Amino acid sequence: MADAEAQPSQSRDLDKLLLRPGHLVGANFEPGQDLRDDLAQYAKVLVVGAGGLGCELLKDLALSGFKNLEVIDMDRIEVTNLNRQFLFRLEDVGKPKAEVAAKRVMERVSGVSIKPHYCRIEDKEIDFYSDFNIIVLGLDSIEARSYINSVACSFLEYDSDDNPREETFKPMVDGGTEGFKGHARVIVPGVTPCFECTIWLFPPQVKFPLCTLAETPRTAAHCIEYAHLIKWDEVHSGKSFDPDDPKHMKWVYDEAVKRAELFGIPGVTYSLTQGVVKNIIPAIASTNAIISAACALETLKITSGCSKTLSNYLTYNGVEGLHTKVTEFVRDKDCLVCGPGVLIELETSVTLQKFIDLLEEHPKLLLSKASVTHQGNNLYMQAPPVLEEMTRSNLSLPLFELMGKTAKSALHVTGTTTKNDKKTSVLRKLRVVFKGVDGVTDMDTAGGA
Amino acid sequence: MAEPKTKYDRQLRIWGEQGQAALEKASICLLNCGPTGSETLKNLVLGGVGSITVIDGSKVEVGDLGNNFMVDESSVGQSKAQCVCSFLQELNDAVKAKFIEEYPEALIETNPSFFSQFTLVVATQLGEDSMVKLDTICRQANVMLIFARSYGLTGFVRISLKEHTVVESKPDHFLDDLRLNNPWPELKRFAESIDLDVQDPVVHKHTPYVVILVKVAEQWAKSHGGSLPSTRDEKKEFKDLLKARMISMDEDNYKEAIEASFKVFARRGIGPDLQQILNDSSAEVDSNSSDFWVMVAALKEFIANEGGGEAPLEGSIPDMTSSTELYVNLQNIYQAKAEADVLVIEQRVRNILKKIGKDPNSISQTTLKGFCRNARKLKVCRYRSIEDEFNSPILPELQKYLTDEDYSVAVGFYILLRAVDRFAANYNSFPGQFDGGMDEEISRLKTTAVGLLSDLGCNGLTLTEDLINEMCRFGASELHAVAAFIGGIASQEVIKLITSQFLPMSGTFIFSGIDHKSQLLSL
Repeated sequence: MADAEAQPSQSRDLDKLLLRPGHLVGANFEPGQDLRDDLAQYAKVLVVGAGGLGCELLKDLALSGFKNLEVIDMDRIEVTNLNRQFLFRLEDVGKPKAEVAAKRVMERVSGVSIKPHYCRIEDKEIDFYSDFNIIVLGLDSIEARSYINSVACSFLEYDSDDNPREETFKPMVDGGTEGFKGHARVIVPGVTPCFECTIWLFPPQVKFPLCTLAETPRTAAHCIEYAHLIKWDEVHSGKSFDPDDPKHMKWVYDEAVKRAELFGIPGVTYSLTQGVVKNIIPAIASTNAIISAACALETLKITSGCSKTLSNYLTYNGVEGLHTKVTEFVRDKDCLVCGPGVLIELETSVTLQKFIDLLEEHPKLLLSKASVTHQGNNLYMQAPPVLEEMTRSNLSLPLFELMGKTAKSALHVTGTTTKNDKKTSVLRKLRVVFKGVDGVTDMDTAGGA
Repeated sequence: MAEPKTKYDRQLRIWGEQGQAALEKASICLLNCGPTGSETLKNLVLGGVGSITVIDGSKVEVGDLGNNFMVDESSVGQSKAQCVCSFLQELNDAVKAKFIEEYPEALIETNPSFFSQFTLVVATQLGEDSMVKLDTICRQANVMLIFARSYGLTGFVRISLKEHTVVESKPDHFLDDLRLNNPWPELKRFAESIDLDVQDPVVHKHTPYVVILVKVAEQWAKSHGGSLPSTRDEKKEFKDLLKARMISMDEDNYKEAIEASFKVFARRGIGPDLQQILNDSSAEVDSNSSDFWVMVAALKEFIANEGGGEAPLEGSIPDMTSSTELYVNLQNIYQAKAEADVLVIEQRVRNILKKIGKDPNSISQTTLKGFCRNARKLKVCRYRSIEDEFNSPILPELQKYLTDEDYSVAVGFYILLRAVDRFAANYNSFPGQFDGGMDEEISRLKTTAVGLLSDLGCNGLTLTEDLINEMCRFGASELHAVAAFIGGIASQEVIKLITSQFLPMSGTFIFSGIDHKSQLLSL
């Protein structure tokens, strides 16, 4: 031990936490050099988002003993990112965030590998996500959080008594910020509430009624939304509005100014127009740093057990003084996403096509355009076209046969559902039970095909 | 170079051009550029502060590579201040970045006047002795000061300055200034010009709730000897009156009126926070008074005279169901009254300035307008000196924290963070800084902590073994994630102090990285 200490080590500070026994630590904590080396060698962490939180997270994790990181982000760098996304420079504008972020961190922290994925989170196969020990979310959209949450929950299996099986847990750490406020939370599907259990924490965005915009505008925002949502379509029939096209934005601004003048309404500015149309959330470096640091610390603690874990939701508010608060939310036992799955009883004769139609009408699901997988096998895929063609012939076959004639088994379906007038991609776990089959086959011991 | 305005768009939406201008004028000094200091400064450089000066006497060691993003392998053996400074410069070329290779402790001892050139000093990882000395220096020079320290899974942030006044405190939730229960003549007249019993259903459902409430409140007062609803029954009766006026179920304006009726029941006049500021001895102004207190003195006169117990009207109204015409008219009435109030305040301010021997035009009209618009939200923050807190903490608070379960971990860390400095002074290293002899270190730290508690007047109280153990385990390590958290908080507070917007934290923030049950201690 003394010899090891005499060597200068990059891990000088972290070693105190990872090599020494502690009193206030996790149940799984086994301090020692093996722990440090395992963390570096085997722990795989996925960072979802390479924006304000993502940049910080990659740095924080790379300096917290993790050496196998991957990052996924579909965006390219914009000038307005530069006040907080510190891995990007002016000359990087236009390049994919994930790629530049990964490169910058690897340049500075030796021995760290970061694999970038420049694509949408839905573009990845679900198996891609199963590869990681933990998934860290640095996102700014509810839909994206909801999607990753459903993916992580889809790995969760229950035993025959409906108790979650620990070896199938896929923990997540989620952060979010808005101005001087933010949250960090730990989600262990099966143990803590999942994102969907507490979806009420994120109320849907309030929209202006169209009749207010059309008939009784009162504020600058009403004039802007009139130009954006009503006037644009009237004038540009068929051409869709592109918020990233400055010419389009300027047009909306000019129209909003005209309308505001007509009604004597003050306050329309170009900046406000952008803010309203793009629903811009103000963002600063310091809040992102605070929230990301909390998320990275939790990731380290969950993975290594070197201290207790946040249980389970931290809020930070720096507007009026400084307030931090930890709330322990509880699971929704009937959650469609992290629960044992929606139970569906079927006749053995029901075809896959009939089953897909049924999902559309199922009151709890209302799932259209479903793709169906069973234990990693694609039974039917809506896209890409090659897969669709390959799986099309299954549609006319009975689901019972496609699922290996087991009395009950779990299925994963992805598709779209409508939430708050908006189509969103969802992934749902279903428990299918076939009527009249003497089912002694335990679905949980059935090996993957 | 892109237009800086675009680069800063997302933050301009928070603190505006004025806040940004204040940041760009500020010169920041950082003491010690380990990860805590580097991360604090990183967030400020990104935001575009005017200049930074990094002060650190140490050379980069291999161990620094594992916790500080601002140094890399090529930095080993070089000045840490220089390496950190050059990385920070990369982040924003609009910032003037320089460094001084010198130990802060030495600078504090030998060159106290050095600090007077800065707007604000961020002092990280300093021991108690240096903290006390630096605090005295900065208070004398009127330089803002913030301390930050990371230590294992704990740490603290503490602001220290004599007084910080805020006009634009921008609270999230604050009752709007509608004066529904105390309308001035123009608003009353406007309400009178509108018929609530209008036949046209379209007009009926587009009468703004402000008008409805002013009128119904006046009717109520007439039939109740001039008073407004105060008991629960009366309030319910008032709401029923509103409900009875609805001619169809979809009248959003009446629903809004019922929901907003508490604004009629609210007490007139100013709130206790503002009253406290008016009562402050600083509101008795003389030639040494700041502009803020001169304006407060004028505000005090206004409230006692023209205001009739009320502050100047804010002048804006929330969105509400209404026809465009009525809404715009209403907006104009509120705005006109606000402008008239500003003129009265302005006159009073000019007179006061003259009286105390200052240039009567030294406070601009823009400043006065902003002051009046925010008059109900003024904030004054004062911080005890570090020396006072360290030598004589507020004992009842300390005892309360020590026995309160919610605070036990945070106050435990507070005591231990101070105890490790005493420990280091006695034994020349921090407890657990080196491997081996841990049991002895633990018992020494315990003795030190008990001694400190008794010096502070808390005889017989002790800390849990678990916490003392953990503190020794931490061994003065500076973990990156903890440093980034502490540095993030420190930079957030710096921004609030420099922009004079929002409300900075009070007391000492003690971070608990174990369960995140961090606390603010007022000692």
